[in-house]
Amino acid sequence: MESIIRLYARWIREGKLPVNSDWNKDLGVTFTVQDPCQLVRKSLGDPVAEDLRFVVRSVVGEEHFIDMWPNKSNNYCCGGGGGFLQSGFTDHRREYGSLKLEQIRRTGADYCIAPCHNCHSQIHDLSEHSGDHFPVVHLWTLICLSLGMLGENEREYLGEDLKNVGL
Amino acid sequence: MGEAAALLIEPKKSALVEKVRELLPDGGNLNMCLACGACASGCPATGMEGMDPRKFLRLAALGQEEAIRSTPWVWLCTMCRRCVHACPMEVDIPQLVYHCRQSWPREERPKGILGSCEKALSTPGNSAMGASSEDFRFVVEDVLEEVRESQPGQENLQVSIDRQGAHYFLNQNSREPVTEPDEMVPLWKILSLVGADWTYGSVGWAAENYCMFLADDEAWETVVRNKAKAVDDLGCKVWLNTE
Ligand code: SF4
Ligand code: SF4
Repeated sequence: MESIIRLYARWIREGKLPVNSDWNKDLGVTFTVQDPCQLVRKSLGDPVAEDLRFVVRSVVGEEHFIDMWPNKSNNYCCGGGGGFLQSGFTDHRREYGSLKLEQIRRTGADYCIAPCHNCHSQIHDLSEHSGDHFPVVHLWTLICLSLGMLGENEREYLGEDLKNVGL
Repeated sequence: MGEAAALLIEPKKSALVEKVRELLPDGGNLNMCLACGACASGCPATGMEGMDPRKFLRLAALGQEEAIRSTPWVWLCTMCRRCVHACPMEVDIPQLVYHCRQSWPREERPKGILGSCEKALSTPGNSAMGASSEDFRFVVEDVLEEVRESQPGQENLQVSIDRQGAHYFLNQNSREPVTEPDEMVPLWKILSLVGADWTYGSVGWAAENYCMFLADDEAWETVVRNKAKAVDDLGCKVWLNTE
């Protein structure tokens, strides 16, 4: 059993995945990142949270990453886990997620990176339903964007500011 | 005052709580609570349905089995384990929640979770969205062909399904092949760039497992075993999660 997040970090360190943040130098788009409970607190702990930050910083630039607080193993669950997205308790799910939404708002970041499917669905819903409309993206999107190999149809979750970068 | 007084009374025993204590290592520390409230203050589910983790545990300690079994709050706690992390005594409240979920008659558990688990059981790929292995293969091949034809530099992009002996068995959340297949492509490109030796499988390919959230141990185990067997049958070394 392995997480792709650890592999991304390893491949970047080994030079196999030559990402960089040049694309964001002038744009200055800021990002925060969600620590998925399933990945961090419930399985691989803080070391994988560090790997996650290493990947994010490498891809978007150190100065464009803003961490949430609390974070890593102490992070709040977004409310997408435990079957919440399927259970039909929609209002409760959004109420649960309001803590996460506030946490993201406090970072002031333009984007939230959600490297887990449940987190992505939940935070995307929180963003849209609240009217905040901050984009919520997968890590693979940004890695490919940084490497100049993100196709036109692979930009569904990017905001208007990044829709055409590197095309 | 009311709470302190209640503690002095010999607590009633709840059969459910006793059973959970027997199942968990160190009894889940369920009787170690200091009532400090660290769990409740950092729980996003605090306050919903008039419940919070400390109150839930208190009710359990007082033998109020019916109260903890019947509250819909057990479906609002995501079993995220933040409370365990925050608790000075590592009291395992989410495990208690899990067993309360399990005490609900199966057909009364939330339909969406039940349906996702049933679908996973009924498809060889264990897709909670009910996607068949044929559809999965079709979508993957279709998307791959289009990328090769339309994206310069990706003419040789490779994706294999059921390739014997690959190092990584990559799973895939059903959401992508079913609703947004283009989202699979960036990961393929990354794996190709680094030269990873990977394959999808037509059996056990779906990443998700809602049977766990349904608290159906037997179904959960069936799904996990099917996936583990799929990895072994292909002679792959590592089950690789996309997250
Ligand atoms: S954090 Fe632990 S000790 Fe404190 S009230 Fe909650 S369960 Fe009890
Ligand atoms: S596991 Fe449940 S009770 Fe504990 S913090 Fe998470 S949602 Fe709250």
